[in-house]
Amino acid sequence: MALLEAKGLHAQYGWTKVLHGIDFAVQEGGITTILGANGAGKTTTLRAVCGMVRTAGEIRFDGRRINGRATEDLVRLGIGHAPEGRGTFVNLTVEENLRLGAYARRGGGSVAQDLERVYGYFPVLAQRKKQAGGTLSGGEQQMLAVARALMLRPRLLLLDEPSLGLAPLVVREILRIVRTINREERVSVLLVEQNAAVALGLADHAYLMETGRVVMSGPAAELRQNDAIRRAYLGY
Amino acid sequence: MEVFFQQVVSGLATGGIYGSVALALVMIYQATDVVNYAQGEMAMFSTYIAWTLLDKGVPYWWAERIVIRPVENKPILTIVIVCIGLLVILNSMAGWIYSYIQKPFPSPFPPKPIMLGTVVFGAHDLGAIGVTLVVLAFLYAFFRFTTLGLAMRAAAQNPVSSRLCGIRVGWMLAIGWGLASMVGAVAGMMVAPIVFLDPNMMAGILIYAFASATLGGFTSPGGAVLGGLIVGVIENLVGTYVHFIGTELKLTVALALILVVLVFKPSGLFGRVAVHRV
Repeated sequence: MALLEAKGLHAQYGWTKVLHGIDFAVQEGGITTILGANGAGKTTTLRAVCGMVRTAGEIRFDGRRINGRATEDLVRLGIGHAPEGRGTFVNLTVEENLRLGAYARRGGGSVAQDLERVYGYFPVLAQRKKQAGGTLSGGEQQMLAVARALMLRPRLLLLDEPSLGLAPLVVREILRIVRTINREERVSVLLVEQNAAVALGLADHAYLMETGRVVMSGPAAELRQNDAIRRAYLGY
Repeated sequence: MEVFFQQVVSGLATGGIYGSVALALVMIYQATDVVNYAQGEMAMFSTYIAWTLLDKGVPYWWAERIVIRPVENKPILTIVIVCIGLLVILNSMAGWIYSYIQKPFPSPFPPKPIMLGTVVFGAHDLGAIGVTLVVLAFLYAFFRFTTLGLAMRAAAQNPVSSRLCGIRVGWMLAIGWGLASMVGAVAGMMVAPIVFLDPNMMAGILIYAFASATLGGFTSPGGAVLGGLIVGVIENLVGTYVHFIGTELKLTVALALILVVLVFKPSGLFGRVAVHRV
C-alpha cells in the first residue's frame, strides 16, 4: 500500500508555477527517489508534501487527504523532513537541536532513549552534543538534520539532497544509515537527489523530473539500465 | 570614601531597575528577534493596570498578535517604526485614561532603611535587586531547562526549521511577548514607587535599559542585568565626581556608553557574536 501518494500535484510560488501536475507514490516501508537537475522541482515537491507551498491536486498520506494542512500538523502525522540547507539551529547545541526534533512526537517513551538511539546511528553527534549546531561541518550538519527528523519517530522521512556539497565517503555513510533505518525501523523514505548514481543505488523506486513534470518512472534497477538516464545523469 | 560607597550602593539600586527593564528587552529580542522600543511604555502601561487592578500585565500578548504579526517578515526598519508607534500610542493612551498627574505607587517593601555601618541601604532598593535576580533565575531556568523555552528560542532563530519540528511559531512569539511584558510589568512596579507613576516615567529608564542591554549584550539575559548594575553605578559615580556632569547630564552618560560599546565591542560584554556561514 502506498503511504504517500500524489495525483496531479501542482505547486506555485506566487504567480510562478513550479509543479505541473505530477504523480508519484512512496510505498509503505519503501525508499523512493525523485531525480532531476537543478530547478526541476524536486525541493518544491517535498515542500508541497509538508504544506510549505501552495498546492492544487491531491496528496494523500496513509489514505487521508493532507493538502492545505499546516506544516506543524503534518509533522504530527509522522512526516519527518531533513530540509534543503539542513535547517540547523546554529546557536543551539546539537542535543538541543535533537530535542527539538522530538517536540511534536506522538506516543510515549522517553526522549533520552531516542537520543541514545540516534547517537547510536551517528556517534559523531554524541561527541559533539554540547557544541553549537553552527560549528559542525557540512557533513555533520547533514547527519544532524537526518537525526533531528528521526527524533520524531517518523513514518515517512523526507530527505532533500543529502549529498549536496559533501565528500563521497560522507554521503555513502549517511545513506548507509538511511538504509539501516529503513530496514530496521520500517521508516519509509522519499529521497530527492541530483546525484543519480547514489540515489539509484539506495532506492527501490525512482522518478525522473524535468521542469516540473515527471518524465520517467519505474523500479530503480530499471532506470539504472536506461540508456538516456545513464548518459544524462550517470555519465557513462 | 563613605560618599563613594553610598554612591555605589544607590547606583546598584537604580541599576537593578535598569537591569530588569533591560532583561525584558533582551527577552523579547531573544524570543522574537525584535528590539522592542515600546518596552518602557508597555511596562508603564502594565504598571497602570497593576495600579488599577492590582494585577499583572499579562494581557500584553495582544500586542504581538495585533501589531507585530502583520509586519513579522517585513524589513527591520518597519518593525522598529511599529514599535515606536506602539510607544507613542501607549504613552498617549495612558495619559488619556489615567491623566498625566503623578500618582504615588506603594512599595511592597518596608520603608525602613537598613544601615550597614554608615552606608544606607533602602529596603525598596534591595528588594528591587532581589526581585530582578529572582526573575532572572526564573527566566534562565525557563529558557534553559523547559521544552517550551527551548521551542521559543528555536522559533526566534529559525522559524522554517521550527515548523518542520512541529513548533507553532506564531504562538511561541506571542508567548515571548507576553513573558517579556510580564517582566516589564514587574520592572515598572519596582520603578513606580521611586519615580511616581506617570505616563512618562519610563522614558529615561528605557534609555538606561538600552545602555544596560547593549553593555551586557543583547543575547545575554544575565549580561543585561549585570549591565544594568554597572550602568547604575557608573551613572552615579560620574554624576558625583565629574562636576560638569552632575545630575543634569547623567542621561548623556548612558548614551555615550551605548556609543562606546557599539564602537568597541558591538556584541556587548557577554553577548554572543553573531556568526553566519556564507
